[in-house]
Amino acid sequence: MSDEWDVVIAGAGIVGSACAKECAARGLRTAIVEPGEIGGGATAAGMGHIVVMSDSPGQLALTSYSQRLWQELSDSLPHSVEYERCGTIWVASDDDEMEEVHRKRALYASVGIATEVLDSCALAEAEPHLRKPLAGGLLVPSDAVLYPPCAAQYLVEEALRSGARLYARRKLKSAGAGIVRLDDGTELRASHIVNAAGADATGLLPQLPIRERKGHLVITDRYPGFVHHQLVELGYSKSAHSITTDSVAFNIQPRKTGQILIGSSRQYNAGGTAVDYQMVSAMIERARYFMPGIGALSSIRIWTGFRAATPDNLPLIGPWPEDKTLFLAAGHEGLGITTSLGTAQLLADHLVGNPTRIPIEPYLPERFVRNATHA
Amino acid sequence: MNEHFHVLVIGAGPAGISAAVRAAESGGHVGLLDDNPAAGGQIWRKGASLPKTARMWLARLNAASVERLHGWHVFGSPTSGVLFAERTGLASPAAEQADFIELNYDKLILATGARERFLPFPGWTLPNVMGAGGLDAMVRGGLRIKGKRIVVAGTGPLLLAVAAHLAHRGTQILAICEQAPLSRLRPFAMRLLTQPGKVAQGIGLRIATRGTHFYTGCWPVAATGRGRLESVTLQRRGKQWELPCDYLACGYHLVPNLELPRLLGCGIHEGFVTTDKWQQTSIPGVLCAGEPTGIGGVELAIVEGQIAGLAATGRVEKADDLIQKRTRGQRFVRALREAFELDPRLRALPSAETLVCRCEDVPFGVLRDYTSARDAKLHTRCGMGACQGRICGAATEFVFGWAMDSMRPPILPASLSTLAATGVGGAHDPSNTTSNQNRRDTL
Ligand SMILES: Cc1cc2nc3c(=O)[nH]c(=O)nc-3n(C[C@H](O)[C@H](O)[C@H](O)COP(=O)(O)OP(=O)(O)OC[C@H]3O[C@@H](n4cnc5c(N)ncnc54)[C@H](O)[C@@H]3O)c2cc1C
Ligand SMILES: Cc1cc2nc3c(=O)[nH]c(=O)nc-3n(C[C@H](O)[C@H](O)[C@H](O)COP(=O)(O)OP(=O)(O)OC[C@H]3O[C@@H](n4cnc5c(N)ncnc54)[C@H](O)[C@@H]3O)c2cc1C
Repeated sequence: MSDEWDVVIAGAGIVGSACAKECAARGLRTAIVEPGEIGGGATAAGMGHIVVMSDSPGQLALTSYSQRLWQELSDSLPHSVEYERCGTIWVASDDDEMEEVHRKRALYASVGIATEVLDSCALAEAEPHLRKPLAGGLLVPSDAVLYPPCAAQYLVEEALRSGARLYARRKLKSAGAGIVRLDDGTELRASHIVNAAGADATGLLPQLPIRERKGHLVITDRYPGFVHHQLVELGYSKSAHSITTDSVAFNIQPRKTGQILIGSSRQYNAGGTAVDYQMVSAMIERARYFMPGIGALSSIRIWTGFRAATPDNLPLIGPWPEDKTLFLAAGHEGLGITTSLGTAQLLADHLVGNPTRIPIEPYLPERFVRNATHA
Repeated sequence: MNEHFHVLVIGAGPAGISAAVRAAESGGHVGLLDDNPAAGGQIWRKGASLPKTARMWLARLNAASVERLHGWHVFGSPTSGVLFAERTGLASPAAEQADFIELNYDKLILATGARERFLPFPGWTLPNVMGAGGLDAMVRGGLRIKGKRIVVAGTGPLLLAVAAHLAHRGTQILAICEQAPLSRLRPFAMRLLTQPGKVAQGIGLRIATRGTHFYTGCWPVAATGRGRLESVTLQRRGKQWELPCDYLACGYHLVPNLELPRLLGCGIHEGFVTTDKWQQTSIPGVLCAGEPTGIGGVELAIVEGQIAGLAATGRVEKADDLIQKRTRGQRFVRALREAFELDPRLRALPSAETLVCRCEDVPFGVLRDYTSARDAKLHTRCGMGACQGRICGAATEFVFGWAMDSMRPPILPASLSTLAATGVGGAHDPSNTTSNQNRRDTL
């Protein structure tokens, strides 16, 4: 005997959880399978910055769409999700970067995201602990911060309320041709199997172009009011677009608790979850360069996590061309908390045959399959 | 700063002092690090009139060639053979300068000691409800307490010692409440007869606390008061009564400080570090002595410390008679554990509103729905605060049966400037954008 489902989702990270909520809400018979804690994977490691980014048109479309979905959802979110619309300030060090501020402003306007250009004084006033003088910045007031594991928990609870079923403490061993096998021997039949296993998505489909990219975060004790917005350096306009070297960037976040979360680092082939103090040190030095007083704050925890990176830094959303029952919602790299809601809408619309609100093409997995066959 | 030691000892209590002294006999470079301003650990503290053994070991330490690092805490380990430490008291917004040291070692001896276990019950977070050893330490540190009415409660031999000392300081000990039933304590008293030193200690204590009610099978079920403690409700044999008092000194025996052993990956069994005949842990080159291997008191700590000090310097032949003493001490460890095993009814003390995690304000009622420490931590923040679960971890382990979640650095808070200093040789110039080549996707 095996159970019959419209959709079986592998993984209750924030992406799988969002997909489960959306599929169940549309009346699809939905099951979600999670071997560990809900939101215990990359979702537990992430910063929880809900942010619009503009490195590529696909990224801008998906992040702006998703950021709005979070705003719409925000009134329903329980207290534990700690959603706070603190806004992002992209910090510009010099005049070159101020030009980038204006370019970015125009890009954001093109998708209807309001922003505000801050000059040197306005920036200093908004964030008194930043180094002075800095050239200015771009304020994105609608960006937010939340606590990802509780957000995933909420999304799963919503899915369950709409009739979905959670297979807890179990794992997909195999999936394909409409059949899912769990590690406890359970067999499920499903018209759609969604691989939302994050960086482990390759465990079910080894040919996926997903690599792990390690990141470090440091959290401090409580210093309410030390930082008001999520602050991110804009300096990338000066540097090459390389995805091979280790890197750090100034990226700090005020938590609702008064704590300050400090990122961020990126490393490929960094194997293991151990803290690499070289990266931590570089990250803190970078933060201190922008915010000299930060060195005196007390850190209480350092952790690492793995982002699921694709070659073009866009997620894989939609059908897997080689098996019509297999779908992907994975490869969200450093933006999966943000883009989980947009991903869920795109996937659910696609499954029920509705037109999607933004074009799904940039995220379709077939882009890599096509490349592979022509290589 | 960067230093190399043949033998590095962490923790300058009885175990660490004896380990360092014996290791130093070999002539190698020996270091002894502790987060307190002076050697002595939990028990040989300044202000206490020190027993002969303590004076003897402290004198031996002073005479030995041991490099002393007092007022430093170890917070991390980047790789095997290396520890990071920060000067204590610096992790405050007032401090500007990092004070950081990288410690390299051939052999490491962990002698990190133990702390009191606290169990949550309604009112346990009120001011003037303290640990038994905690109140004792505050009095030694200068807290004026003469004439105050005190209830001492919890479990373990520490209760009597604390009561005796507080009585000696002119307080009124209203009651000593030992949760263990008399039937368990009797065999323990019998075993003490094989430990002459301890019996004398016990008798001395009884005299000092004469006139005090000593209840067994008894514990506090609630503490109440406006703004601070005013009275305690005690329970014994199904009966409850209220006792007005100024302080409740309440500790449920000791739990080992396992943060550093766990960070280093040392094997742990049933809550204690596993060691072989020579105090060697499962990690090569890392030894462990004193309370982390089993709660056995000062005498055993000194024996284990010496064995570790000798073993770490390759002189195990000198440890023969110590091994016998250790075997006797380990019998005492088992006797202690059996005598003071926690009554399962203590699990039911908290009400739904009772805070379990004081750092993050997580009440018992919220935690009940979770199945593991990690699950609870992720979704309620229990144990995520600055104390890293040092207080609530032992409580949730007993109350819910949860194993500890994985250990993450820093095991004690470290300032950000210290973390910045951990990167060697300034490999990263923070103002240099080319070292940040990949800032295109910075989140
Ligand atoms: C340091 C760091 C900082 C970040 N900061 C941000 C940020 O500020 N903003 C932002 O938007 N994003 C951020 N991210 C990215 C974000 O955390 C991830 O993109 C997102 O959490 C991915 O969610 P997911 O559900 O795809 O994966 P995961 O959370 O990893 O979930 C996958 C789940 O699948 C389960 N699973 C694995 N194999 C199987 C199987 N065979 N069967 C069933 N289940 C399985 C796993 O147990 C896991 O729970 C950050 C990431 C890191 C590492
Ligand atoms: C609160 C309390 C009160 C006690 N009172 C009594 C009493 O009155 N009578 C009695 O017989 N026994 C008492 N004991 C028990 C007694 O302390 C132990 O039996 C004995 O001290 C064990 O010695 P040790 O060397 O193993 O550990 P400890 O004496 O605990 O020494 C360990 C040392 O390591 C240090 N340390 C731990 N981690 C780090 C780190 N990461 N970095 C730097 N330093 C670190 C600690 O601060 C401490 O100084 C008490 C214990 C406690 C916890």
